Amino acid sequence: MRGVKKLANDMIASPYFSFGVTVLLFAVLYGTGVAMYKGFLRPQVFFNLFIDNAALIIVTVGITFTLIIVGIDLSVGAVLALSCMVLAWLLANTAVPVWAAVAVVLLMGIVIGAAQGYIITKFDLQPFIITLAGMFFCRGMTAVISRDTIQITNETFTAIASYRIPIGDLGFVSVGAVLALIVLAIAAVVLGFTKFGRAVFAIGGSESSAALMGLPVFRTKVIVYTISGFCSALGGVAYALIMLTGYNLHGLGMEMDAIASSVIGGTLLTGGVAFIPGALFGVLIQGVILTFISFQGTLSAWWTKIVVGALLCVFIVMQALITEQKARLSKKSSMGEPPEKAKPGLAG
Amino acid sequence: MEQPVLLEMRHIDKVFPGVRALSNVDFTLRAGEIHSLMGENGAGKSTLVKVLTGVYQRDGGTISLLGKRISPKTPKEAQEAGISTVYQEVNLCKNLTVAENIFIGREPRKHGFIDWATINKRAAELLDSLGVHIDVTKTLDHYSVAVQQMIAIARAIDIEAKILILDEPTSSLDEQETQQLFRIIRMLQKQGLGIIFISHFLEQIYELCDHITVLRNGELVGAYEVEKLPRLELIAKMVGKDLNAVKHMDDFAEKSVPQEEVFLEADHIGEVGQLADVALKLHKGEVVGFAGLLGSGRTETAEILFGAHQPTKGQLKVKGKPVQFGSPMGAMRERIAFCPEDRKTAGIIGDLSVRENIILAMQAKDGMFHHIPYSKQVEIADKYIDLLKIKVSDRDQLIKNLSGGNQQKAIIARWLATKPELLILDEPTRGIDVGTKTEIQKMAIELAKKQGMAVVFISSEMDEMTRTCSKLMVMRDRRKVAELTGDEVNSENVMRAIAGGASS
Repeated sequence: MRGVKKLANDMIASPYFSFGVTVLLFAVLYGTGVAMYKGFLRPQVFFNLFIDNAALIIVTVGITFTLIIVGIDLSVGAVLALSCMVLAWLLANTAVPVWAAVAVVLLMGIVIGAAQGYIITKFDLQPFIITLAGMFFCRGMTAVISRDTIQITNETFTAIASYRIPIGDLGFVSVGAVLALIVLAIAAVVLGFTKFGRAVFAIGGSESSAALMGLPVFRTKVIVYTISGFCSALGGVAYALIMLTGYNLHGLGMEMDAIASSVIGGTLLTGGVAFIPGALFGVLIQGVILTFISFQGTLSAWWTKIVVGALLCVFIVMQALITEQKARLSKKSSMGEPPEKAKPGLAG
Repeated sequence: MEQPVLLEMRHIDKVFPGVRALSNVDFTLRAGEIHSLMGENGAGKSTLVKVLTGVYQRDGGTISLLGKRISPKTPKEAQEAGISTVYQEVNLCKNLTVAENIFIGREPRKHGFIDWATINKRAAELLDSLGVHIDVTKTLDHYSVAVQQMIAIARAIDIEAKILILDEPTSSLDEQETQQLFRIIRMLQKQGLGIIFISHFLEQIYELCDHITVLRNGELVGAYEVEKLPRLELIAKMVGKDLNAVKHMDDFAEKSVPQEEVFLEADHIGEVGQLADVALKLHKGEVVGFAGLLGSGRTETAEILFGAHQPTKGQLKVKGKPVQFGSPMGAMRERIAFCPEDRKTAGIIGDLSVRENIILAMQAKDGMFHHIPYSKQVEIADKYIDLLKIKVSDRDQLIKNLSGGNQQKAIIARWLATKPELLILDEPTRGIDVGTKTEIQKMAIELAKKQGMAVVFISSEMDEMTRTCSKLMVMRDRRKVAELTGDEVNSENVMRAIAGGASS
């Protein structure tokens, strides 16, 4: 009994507990799908999750950076739409090569992100308001470029969009999906193994402590918003690869999907806690639900939102409970003995 | 043998808008020395520390570390120079692991990436050497404040610190934890660190430190060796009274004579981590002062009496009958009123008028939905504006436009309107002009005399207390150490009691 309780406590206290729950939930949902529909078992169904959600995965990674430092970036959906639009416009109206158009778009994302980050940090403003302003600005600019859909007909770009990267005999993934996986990997390494990444977490834990420990708070915060801006633009490129259009209403409300994915993946809105693979599974869970609905055939796609809403609620409450439990555990810790012996009160 | 001088601060000046926080302060720290900075609230201790650690920039003077001039502009620069600080509020990140908290910002790397194995190994070794055996891979929020404090110290000393500043490190530790901390501090002392130890616990200062520098009102009073500075003298230096001068200043207006009847009795109350032990009787018609240095438990006692905190031991009795307030509302029902210490944040509501501010407590007591007719409100407001001589252009003037003294009076009026039998005034005269101070002191005496009210008067200014109160409860280290009545109420006795029996 003693061991079981201690194990339970250790599990709850583990930073990966929330991630574990998310993965488990994904497995259960997928398992249910496999049990109910024959087609679900095809590997391509799984790969499609990455193909369809490449843009959301990239955007979620970016927004997760801002959530770690107790910030937020509401402009991601609008920056994504603007990126699609600029890309489509450049390819339709100029002779620039694809790589140059993409470079322009990515640079634009970096500039927008850096500007927002600089304003937020320099004047100590609410990220909510500044990125809301950014959201309106970008959405407006998108409409100024064109109120109609611009088709992307550039041959190179469409070739990239329809290129299939085979995975053995199992199926294929798209360029966008590979892009998303690369972004995930880089983000995980940056957050886990670089000074910058650890400074991001430290700021999320306590900005004033981070400053007193001599960490470069200002620079780090600006870079975080720059990363979010960059990811939004890159997400825009991935989105364009799927949609092959620039359109004013692309990515509407995507910031909320991204926040939801991140939170379901274990990111704490109180800052300082996030796990990049968790964010991936947050997106995949939304994808699975959508797949479910498409297999079922009669339900409206809006059911995704209903389920995600419920999940969000559950996860937020779960996080609150974990935090509470941790606070209780810490009160019982002492320095004299190793932690196993130091919590005799727990095991009784 | 005299140790070499580590740190020399000379003629330090620091001016904030309207306040001279430090003026011409000198401070010297030698290697292997545990040096305490003493002074009442506002004496400039923390400003001096912040100048040293680069949080504030000094306006004048020089700082030299090992003979070399330094001017730290940020905490980071101070750290790099070898000055580390452990603050009262542990300044670490709770979401990171123990090991990472020790090494963040200067992580060892392998192939450009952070080398977690080395970090964890070195952190464990470091903490082991301090006698702290914990799992360094768990996040900081697994551990109690005491452990976090040790981790903060581990970080501080690992940054090749020459000077370690400990700002109130023991305020949230229990006795055993404090002793372990002291053991570590002494160990560091032997290694030749210069340690600045700030605490309001006199016992701990005398147990641990070998030198004391006393500040008062931003000026240097002097630097002393602990053995040569009896406690009584230290207190006198802190509050700025010459012992001999003290004896002749305590005659003032006639004080109120307590009645027989006890209004409130505190039977050895205490609250875990806040207050150790207080036994007290408040008679009707009595002005009782709570004396003691900052952090001695004065305010904590008052807050328990007003039901803002619940005692975890002991019993409160109102007129002989045991009570449990549960909340300030419960205390109000027993006719107890409390004017808090910080009127700006806990007292006035700036955008309401004087009238509305005055009737506020009465309204709360009667229930939010019980309407008090406007004419009644006017009548009450006018009565107290008149009684307390509150200077207003009219009763509907916004309270934020009044002077501090008049705001304070309005708050007292607010509580008088509830017709209390016990009025608790926590620092009622802080930051107001001398004339109004005297008026408020007189008012406290009048209320006790004429209305038979019991009044608790808390103040950091000793003159004011000895002048106003007919009884003084003296507190030290969160417990009551003496009760002075009648002729015993004078500054010398108070200082003696605060200093403890150990010195003459």
